[in-house]
Amino acid sequence: MTYIAKPKFHHPSLPKNALGYTHRDYEGKVSTLCAGCGHDSITASVIEACYELAIEPHRVAKISGIGCSSKTTDYFLNASHGFNSVHGRMPSVLTGANLANRDLIYLGVSGDGDSASIGFGQFAHSMRRGVNMTYIVENNGVYGLTKGQFSATADRGSKSKRGLTNNDNAIDMVAMALQLGATYVARAFSGDKTQLVPLIKGAIEHQGAAFIDVISPCVAFNNHAGSTKSFDYVREHNEAVNRLDFISGRAPIHVDYDPGTTQVVEQHDGSRLVLKKVSADYDANDRLGAMNFLGHHASKGQIVTGLIYVDSEPEDLHTHFNTVDKPLNALSEKELCPGSATLEKINAALR
Amino acid sequence: MRNTDIAAPDYFHKVVDCQWACPAHTPVPEYIRLIAAGRYSDAYMVNWKSNVFPGILGRTCDRPCEPACRRGRVEKDPVAICRLKRVAADYKDDISDRLPKPAVIKNGKRIALVGGGPASLTVARDLAPLGYSCTVFDQDPKAGGMIRTQIPRFRLPETVIDEECNYILDMGVEFIGGKRIDSLKALLAEGWDAVFVGSGAPRGRELDIPGRKEAAANIHIGIDWLSSVSFGHITKIGKRVIVLGGGNTAMDCCRSSRRLGGEDVKVVVRSGFEEMKASPWEKEDAMHEDIPILNFLVPKEFTHENGKLTGVVFEKVKAEYDAKGRRNLVPSGEPDQHFPCDDVLVAIGQENAFPWIERDIGLEFDKWDMPKVDAKTFASTNPKVFFGGDAAFGPKNIIWAVAHGHEAALSIDKFCRGEDVSDRPVPMVEIVSQKMGIHEWSYDNDIAPDKRYRVPLRDKVVALRDIKAEVELGFDIELGFKETQRCLNCDVQTVFESKLCIECDACVDICPMDCITFTENGEEADLRTRLKAPAMNLTQDLYVADGLKTGRVMVKDEDVCLHCGLCAERCPTGAWDMKKYLIDMTHADDQCRTRHQSAA
Repeated sequence: MTYIAKPKFHHPSLPKNALGYTHRDYEGKVSTLCAGCGHDSITASVIEACYELAIEPHRVAKISGIGCSSKTTDYFLNASHGFNSVHGRMPSVLTGANLANRDLIYLGVSGDGDSASIGFGQFAHSMRRGVNMTYIVENNGVYGLTKGQFSATADRGSKSKRGLTNNDNAIDMVAMALQLGATYVARAFSGDKTQLVPLIKGAIEHQGAAFIDVISPCVAFNNHAGSTKSFDYVREHNEAVNRLDFISGRAPIHVDYDPGTTQVVEQHDGSRLVLKKVSADYDANDRLGAMNFLGHHASKGQIVTGLIYVDSEPEDLHTHFNTVDKPLNALSEKELCPGSATLEKINAALR
Repeated sequence: MRNTDIAAPDYFHKVVDCQWACPAHTPVPEYIRLIAAGRYSDAYMVNWKSNVFPGILGRTCDRPCEPACRRGRVEKDPVAICRLKRVAADYKDDISDRLPKPAVIKNGKRIALVGGGPASLTVARDLAPLGYSCTVFDQDPKAGGMIRTQIPRFRLPETVIDEECNYILDMGVEFIGGKRIDSLKALLAEGWDAVFVGSGAPRGRELDIPGRKEAAANIHIGIDWLSSVSFGHITKIGKRVIVLGGGNTAMDCCRSSRRLGGEDVKVVVRSGFEEMKASPWEKEDAMHEDIPILNFLVPKEFTHENGKLTGVVFEKVKAEYDAKGRRNLVPSGEPDQHFPCDDVLVAIGQENAFPWIERDIGLEFDKWDMPKVDAKTFASTNPKVFFGGDAAFGPKNIIWAVAHGHEAALSIDKFCRGEDVSDRPVPMVEIVSQKMGIHEWSYDNDIAPDKRYRVPLRDKVVALRDIKAEVELGFDIELGFKETQRCLNCDVQTVFESKLCIECDACVDICPMDCITFTENGEEADLRTRLKAPAMNLTQDLYVADGLKTGRVMVKDEDVCLHCGLCAERCPTGAWDMKKYLIDMTHADDQCRTRHQSAA
């Protein structure tokens, strides 16, 4: 780790967003991860996305579990709410927070161990319930904190740093999220911020369960020949289906790409996502097609990245519960205790 | 863009803005680190080797390094480099045994140096230890030239001048004071092996307007007057004084006047306040001593009564710019103004004057009637005669004279050894990694956020009472240390090795100044707009490296890099390293050097 604090000085001509903040204002403490860790690039991408969206940091709740990935919430958005929970329990803590205060922006940060092993069930239920959140898995395929054992997302046949071959099948978090009903599903690579930053912005704006699987090489234990999550391997096998040029708001969109090369996804709130297609016949609105596409390419050893699926009419947990618009934590005693007459009525209805 | 050739000695030299800007190329960050470590004598010697007069320059240098200082681009004010130099001089131990000894074996060559100022003394300092017999001639009784005659004592105590001039004279240099050279022809006839002309720019420019002759008794030429004050020939001046001119000499004149009885002293300049030639800090010092500076006033006439000066009439002007952006001062149409006064000091410029150089000795003069001098070798068209300091290219300042002196000494040495004077040995360059451990460097890479510290001043009432009382008290050890911490160690270079890079972006993410970008290559103008933070300072280079696996290039904008080394700390493969770059300029004693050296 680095012992000195990152100097406060910044480039004199650094641009400012609508709030008057530079991207430096969205930073956190200096990272204590290994030098070169892919997670630090994801941190930088979260910072960039929040800066570009001009999000007020105090309107964000960043919640994580345990692991290298879960440490990263300390490295961005110093002025946000945060909760570093028990191993694998980020989704339930986040769900609770979301129920209590639906007005915040929820950012769940987890890793492949935290989400695909100990927290697998938690991950599954937050997706199927449609919790309005951005769920980022910083996926490096190894248990870095315990010196590089295969994690549940390590590909079958890939080799560990010490030369052992992984004989277990891998969990594809993206395929799981699709199956479990996530309404915004993407995969990205920490080494390509031009792809990752717009995907995070899209996920934050998405009003439903948004899941991003970010392949993030572990430079200490999983960046060697034989690994399928190394910088070199991912760069060679990256099969991007599209490029998301995110455009927020309801302003008319001017798309200057050739017809047939873009897909515009209009969302429920009127905002639009503009996808620049890389794979010509790929339709990001087709959940079943996406699952097929994934399986097909995975069998060829390719890593599909981009916005894989988006539902333009997402529903979230609060819709399912039919909760009031006002955050529950803002309700007064008068609204929460409507009196014995009302209680009588409810009891009567249940008899 | 093409791959940056970091092996070229100039590339990293330019990154050390202060050193690059210094005419003598003093390794500034190197001595600032030594001061921080409390090694004042070592810091002094680093200075002494480059600029010969650290104690003098630490008080009076025109400091071209400071406007160049990177800190001034990162925050508001540059590091107080000049005043730190004084810290080294003030707190050093006795360094006399570290100076070159008089040569035991003389080489038989005799060099005459005309003028005892900084240029000549630098030549003597370089040549005497090599065995040359150097003889310095000066019209004044003591060595130092303009350092002694024109800089007032309240800015530069005589003890400092004596000390640093004597370091050179004690190397067996002969000083003949009170002797003015009236004929170069006669001097050459004395059989010197070479003659160095470092006679300065000794003639103050005259102001020939009505009343000049009639009121002559109370109208003085600035530099002559300062010289008389310096030698104690003049000890008082009238109560009301007008100083004409806007350069540093004018500032010295007005401040000296305040100490010799001037109560109502003002400076009047033709130009606007902003365009004045005086350094900003000298103007500030003058105004601090209650001296107003009035601008856009052109002197028209000296008024007088019964042969005594009564005042000066000025015409009010304004600046107009023509199509080419050239400034013209045109009458504003306002009525002329009359300022009554008892004395006038004219400090409107200095000129070279060579009435003592005959025109038939093979020394050519140009169309401005100035000797033709080679800008690199300082040789004239007479192979035996060399020039330097103000005598070479007109009035500059001490640090330029020192730089000229070093180059001229090298030429004289080459000439006396029968070598080609125009063949200049390249400087010696050393570049060494500063890595001590995983996140440990041999320099302090933590960036101090402190603003520039002010130098404490003597109380104004006390200072104005005594012309010899130094106004600036200098940093004490604690303040000096704090100021050293503001230095960004720009000589510790970020060096990139493409072969080792895995393009993980760690350096890009950690860089506090957004200096580093990995992108597709392009032409420089295009590339400058595509970086993480646009590189709009065209005076600063882009460091470009290709050879990356993805085919992109690494581009680093050198402009506002803090040299904090975080890129190297966060690099997992050691593709970035922090390497200290030391360039050692070639002086006359470095003749054995070969021509082809490289930085890396």
